[in-house]
Amino acid sequence: MKPAKSKKSVKPANVKPAKAKDYDLRLYVAGQTPRSLQALSNLKRICEEHLAGHYRIEIIDLLQKPQLAAGDQILAIPTLVRSIPKPLRKIIGDLSNTQRVLIGLDVQPVE
Amino acid sequence: MARISRELTSLPKAPTGIEGFDEITFGGLPQGRPTLVCGGAGCGKTLFGIEFLVRGATKFGEPGVCVTFEESADDLIKNVASLGFDLNRLQRAKKLLIDCVYIERNQIEETGEYDLEGLFIRLASAIDSIGARRVLLDTPEALFAGLSNMGILRSEMRRLFAWLKQKGVTAVITGERGEGMLTRHGLEEYVSDCVILLDQRVQDDAVTRRLRVLKYRGSTHGTNEYPFLIDRKGISVLPVTSIGLNHKASGQRIASGVAELDAMLGGKGYFRGSSVLVTGTAGTGKTSLAAHFTEAACRRGERAIYFAFEESPEQIARNMRSIGIELSKWIRKGLLHIEAVRPSSFGMEMHLVRMHAMLHEHNPDVVVMDPISAMIPSGSLHEVGSLVLRIVDFIKARGATGFFTAVTADGDLASTDLSISSLVDTWLLLQNVESNGERNRVMYVLKSRGMAHSNQIREFMLTNRGVKLRPVYLGSGGVLTGSARVAREAEDRREEIARRRDERKRELSLRASMAAVNAKLAALELERNRYKRELEAVAEEGSAQQKAVLSDQDELRASRGIAVNGRVKEQEPNGPKGVS
Repeated sequence: MKPAKSKKSVKPANVKPAKAKDYDLRLYVAGQTPRSLQALSNLKRICEEHLAGHYRIEIIDLLQKPQLAAGDQILAIPTLVRSIPKPLRKIIGDLSNTQRVLIGLDVQPVE
Repeated sequence: MARISRELTSLPKAPTGIEGFDEITFGGLPQGRPTLVCGGAGCGKTLFGIEFLVRGATKFGEPGVCVTFEESADDLIKNVASLGFDLNRLQRAKKLLIDCVYIERNQIEETGEYDLEGLFIRLASAIDSIGARRVLLDTPEALFAGLSNMGILRSEMRRLFAWLKQKGVTAVITGERGEGMLTRHGLEEYVSDCVILLDQRVQDDAVTRRLRVLKYRGSTHGTNEYPFLIDRKGISVLPVTSIGLNHKASGQRIASGVAELDAMLGGKGYFRGSSVLVTGTAGTGKTSLAAHFTEAACRRGERAIYFAFEESPEQIARNMRSIGIELSKWIRKGLLHIEAVRPSSFGMEMHLVRMHAMLHEHNPDVVVMDPISAMIPSGSLHEVGSLVLRIVDFIKARGATGFFTAVTADGDLASTDLSISSLVDTWLLLQNVESNGERNRVMYVLKSRGMAHSNQIREFMLTNRGVKLRPVYLGSGGVLTGSARVAREAEDRREEIARRRDERKRELSLRASMAAVNAKLAALELERNRYKRELEAVAEEGSAQQKAVLSDQDELRASRGIAVNGRVKEQEPNGPKGVS
């Protein structure tokens, strides 16, 4: 489990070059709370399952960089922001509801 | 500035700098606590909060953070620019920080548990970056619109206000009025230290804004509804005017502008700081008296405000020019300000607040309201009476002299609809007198507290050199004025001339008689003198004769040798010898 500190990129082993179908995801957290950790693990799981290889996750800790909260209009923690593909989508919560996460990310679930 | 009493409370307060509000609350909002400001749409909640921040930054050295949930920063800045608040400049000076929080409902998907820590982080960062002591949240109810998990929202709201308290900032939270509740989503549950209610009402086609302190924990506060207005200087709340009747009473006298009137008022004029009422039917000259008074004040270098309810400033200036009063030069010098407004333009409270604000801004020594009775059609008698009472109070409290005119109905001259007559110190009454096919005006001093005043009726004339008062003619037929008086005076003069002529004639004739008598006396005197002389002559003759007789006798005796004068003369021996 990687510690959630300043900006970090997590890439899976078999990464493909970013294309139109790739997802740029930013997870905003506020310190290492159980909920943030839960959200991160949920996120990774969902991405592995449904977006294998076509995603990039960035973790932003607002306790370290509070000024970033205003830029992306972050209110709730945790918030997942899909910046690519456009339009911008926000998903708040610990991402425990996979269905809603997929709807929010506008991802076709892989059966 | 009114004194702010702090004796009654030990709760520290943050002064808002909003005109009148700090007086109602005896110091301002509770420091370090959140205050809820609620009201319908367009009541002025946001402006209240913004002014709180702006004054805090500019007057009290407390930077502020504005978190807006509904408007964009640009819109907000534009909206308050008309109040004279330059938010851009304050932001550049790091006295103010605006953060806009958007919740686009269609952008958000809620999946599982979350909290609003992001908001807290943003707030904390904003507050810390400029060292803010004041915060405005306008309005957190938008969160309820954007997010659907009520449980989370409520608990986060509670946490937010506790967090604000702990941070030690004085916060203003706005909320829109709900059905049966103070706010749509029950913010009043969380913000319980102080609640302010703003209201906007349309009454008789005029909009009135009112403010009420619904709740203020730990402090006394005025509990009434206070009218307020929003203008280019921000919000002005009208506090209760002078709680007690404890005005100072000056002994100084000021001229009325009409010399004969001053003479009627104990020789010196009105008391400074008193209130004067002039009543009369239409067209009797009340405005002229008001103009004289105003001019006299300006001549002394004092400032004056003239509230006109029926005529425009130019019209008044023109009309007064025709009687020799030049008001426009005082306007140019900035000593006189004529404020003309139709009574129907505003509700009663709005008038009061506007006047209050103007008196505050212009700081006059003399305030004229002409005519105060014009207010009656636009408000109930009670309202107008209350307005007048408060204005009179307020003017007195400032030590200014108030001058009011009122139109009365033809029949009942010594009573006014407004019962203002018992409030004022001096009451001048103008009356029309009809006789001989013409109308003339008379004036008298009905009352003037604190001074000996004339009880004589004077004829009131508007000449091209101003108002002139002349004693009326009290003839056998009653009071004569106007041409009747002129005629009578001419007749009097003729009579006087005739009388004088008669007198002279009589004088002359008497003198003539006296001269005649004198002449007679002179003649008689002559005669008397003649007789006297004759008498003397006779007496003289008589005595001369007697002397001669005696001397003859003596000679005879002597010749005969008898004693002369008793002495015996010695006879000579040879007998008498001739006569020696």
